[in-house]
Amino acid sequence: MTAQISLRNVGKIYHLGEVDIRPLQDVSLDIGAGEFVAIMGASGSGKTTLMNVIGCMDRPTEGRYLLEGTEVSTLSGDELARVRNRKFGFVFQSFNLLARTAALENVELPLLYWNDLPGRERRKRAEAALARVGLSDRMGHHPSQLSGGQQQRVAIARALVNEPAIVLADEPTGNLDSASEREIVALLHELNAAGITVVLVTHNPEIGAHAKRLIRIRDGRIVEGA
Amino acid sequence: MNLLKTLHLALRSLLRNKVRTGLTMLGIVIGISSVIAMVAMGQGASMMIQDQLSTMGRNIVMVFPGAASSGGFSFGGGSSTTLTSEDGAAAAGLGSVRAVAPVVRTRAQIIAGGQNWVPQSMMGTSPEFLDVRDWAMDEGGFFTETDVASSAKVCVLGRTTADTLFPGETAVQQTIRIKNFPFRVLGVLARKGTSAMGQDQDDVVLAPWTTVKKTLQGSAFSNVDQLLVSAKSDVEAASAELTSLLRQRHRIREGDDSDFRILTMDEMASTVTQTSRVMTLLLAMIASISLVVGGIGIMNIMLVSVVERTREIGLRMAVGARRRDILMQFLMEATAISVAAGVIGMVLGSAAAWVISGTLKWPTLISPASIGIAFAFSCAVGIFFGFYPALRASRMDPIEALRYE
Ligand SMILES: Nc1ncnc2c1ncn2[C@@H]1O[C@H](COP(=O)(O)OP(=O)(O)OP(=O)(O)O)[C@@H](O)[C@H]1O
Ligand SMILES: [Mg+2]
Repeated sequence: MTAQISLRNVGKIYHLGEVDIRPLQDVSLDIGAGEFVAIMGASGSGKTTLMNVIGCMDRPTEGRYLLEGTEVSTLSGDELARVRNRKFGFVFQSFNLLARTAALENVELPLLYWNDLPGRERRKRAEAALARVGLSDRMGHHPSQLSGGQQQRVAIARALVNEPAIVLADEPTGNLDSASEREIVALLHELNAAGITVVLVTHNPEIGAHAKRLIRIRDGRIVEGA
Repeated sequence: MNLLKTLHLALRSLLRNKVRTGLTMLGIVIGISSVIAMVAMGQGASMMIQDQLSTMGRNIVMVFPGAASSGGFSFGGGSSTTLTSEDGAAAAGLGSVRAVAPVVRTRAQIIAGGQNWVPQSMMGTSPEFLDVRDWAMDEGGFFTETDVASSAKVCVLGRTTADTLFPGETAVQQTIRIKNFPFRVLGVLARKGTSAMGQDQDDVVLAPWTTVKKTLQGSAFSNVDQLLVSAKSDVEAASAELTSLLRQRHRIREGDDSDFRILTMDEMASTVTQTSRVMTLLLAMIASISLVVGGIGIMNIMLVSVVERTREIGLRMAVGARRRDILMQFLMEATAISVAAGVIGMVLGSAAAWVISGTLKWPTLISPASIGIAFAFSCAVGIFFGFYPALRASRMDPIEALRYE
C-alpha cells in the first residue's frame, strides 16, 4: 500500500547565474490519506517550495513524486493543471480572492475548468461549500466587504468546492489575528475529520503541536517527522 | 473550458470595469462608424449614378463614328461621316438586336409665341427611339416612318421644354419655329429626370432625323452622329455582331482599326462609377486608420490589465486553468470589446449616414456587405491586437504570478 503522497529524494535547484540555489535537497516523505501534517521551519527554509512540489504547481528537478501511485514529475503542464484541479485545494496566506467579485463567484472558480457543469449546478456546489465554512449569509459579498477571517473562509470554500483529496494551506493564518487564526485552524481540523488530507505550513508552534504529525524543515532538508 | 463559458467570463470581467471598457471601445466605435458612414455615402452616390444610367434604357449599345481613341469616350461623336442610317437599318436585322434608332444632334433656337429657348438637347431620330430609350409619351403621339421618309416638319418635346414654351397650356398641335422653320408639335414625352451627367433629359426636342439633316443642317448626306441600339438580352453578343457587321459594311480589312466605336451601357456605367468607387475606397482607408488606432488602444489596455491581474492569472492556473484557457479568456475579452464597439459603431455609422442623407440630400446606401465587412473587421482587430497581451498572460508562471505584489 503506497502512501497518498510519496516523495523520493526530491530536490529543487535554481540556477541563478553562477550560483545554484537548492531550496529542496534529498527530500523523502510519505503522507497517507487522511493525515493532518504541519510543516514548520525558518523563513527561507523551503516550506513553500515543498508545498508547490506537492501541489503540482512546480516540478522537482531531482527525484520522484508519486501521487496516489502515479508518477507526476513527468506530466505535461496541462496534465498537472488537471491534477491540481481534481486532487488539490489551495489556501494561500494572502487569500487571493478576485476583487469586486462576489464570494459565491470566487468559490465557483475551480468549477470553471475541466468540467461541463451547468451554471446552476456550479452555483449549488459553491453554495454548499460556503455553507460548510459557515458563510451562507455572505454569498453575495465582495472581498472588500468581508473581514480577513471571512475572506480566508471563502478561500477555503473555494479549495473545497471540487471535493479535493488534499488541502494545502501555506501559512493560511499569517495575515490574521489570533481569534480568526483559531477559527481557520479549527475549520481545517474539521475538514480533516471528514477525511481530507491537510498539509499546513505554520510559524505558530501551538498549531504545530496540535497537528497529528509535525515536519520540521531546515535549509531544504527535512530534519524531523519524515 | 468551452467558448460560451469563456465569453461569459470575459463579459463578467469587462463589466467589472465599465468606464475603462467604455473608453477602450471608443477608438473602434469611431473607426467602424466612420467606415460605415463613408461607405454608405460612396455606395449611395454609385447607386444614384447607376439609377440615372438606367434611365438611358435597357441593354443599350451605342455606336459612334470615328476611330476609337485611347482616352475614353466622348458623347459628341467624331467628325467622321462614315456611319449612316443604312448601317442602322442593317444592324436592326441582327439576331441579337431588338431595335435601332439613328441619332443626329444639332443645336438651335426655338421660338414659340413670345418665348425664346435653346433646349439642352435637339436630336433627329426615328420612331424606334421611344422603344430603344424605353421612353413613354405623356401627351399626343410620336412621329412616324412616313414623317421620316418625307422629312416632315414635326417634332416631339420633352416635358421641361414643353412647360417652358407653353406654360399652363398643352403643347400638342401648337407650332414652334426652329431656325425659322415652322414645326408642328405632335406630342410631349414623359418625364425622365436627370441623367448621369447631370443633364436635364427632359429639356429635349426630337424631330425626324431626315428633317434635322436636310432642313436644319442643310446637309445632303445621310450620315448620322450615333446609332442607339437596344440589344435583345446579351449586350456583349450584340456589340460583337455589330462590330463584325459594320467592319464588313465599311470594308475594313483584317487588322485595320475600325472607323466606329461601340460603347455598351456596362462600360459607361463602370467608367462613371469608377471615380466614386475610388473615392469610397480612399475614404474607407482613411477611416480604417482609426480602426488601427483603436486596436492599439485595446492592446494597450489589455497589456495593463494582464499585469494588474497577474495574481488572478496565477490563481486560475493554480485551480486548474490550462495556458490555453488563460489565452482564450484574454483573447475573448479583447474580441468582446472590439465586437461590442463594432456593433455600436455600426449603429452610430448608420445613424450618421441617415442624418447625412437627410440634411445634405446625399443618397446613402448601407449594404449588408459593408455591415458584414465592418463586423469581420472589428472581430479581426480584437483578435489581432488582443493576441499578444493574451499570450503574455498565458505564458506566466503560476508560482511567480501568485507571488506578484
Ligand atoms: N524562483 C526562485 N528562484 C530562485 N530562488 C528561489 C525561487 N523560489 C524560491 N527560491 C529560494 O528558495 C528558498 C526557499 O524559499 P521558500 O519560499 O520555499 O521558503 P519558505 O520556507 O516558504 O519561507 P517563508 O517562511 O518566508 O515563506 C529561498 O532561499 C528562496 O530565496
Ligand atoms: Mg513560504
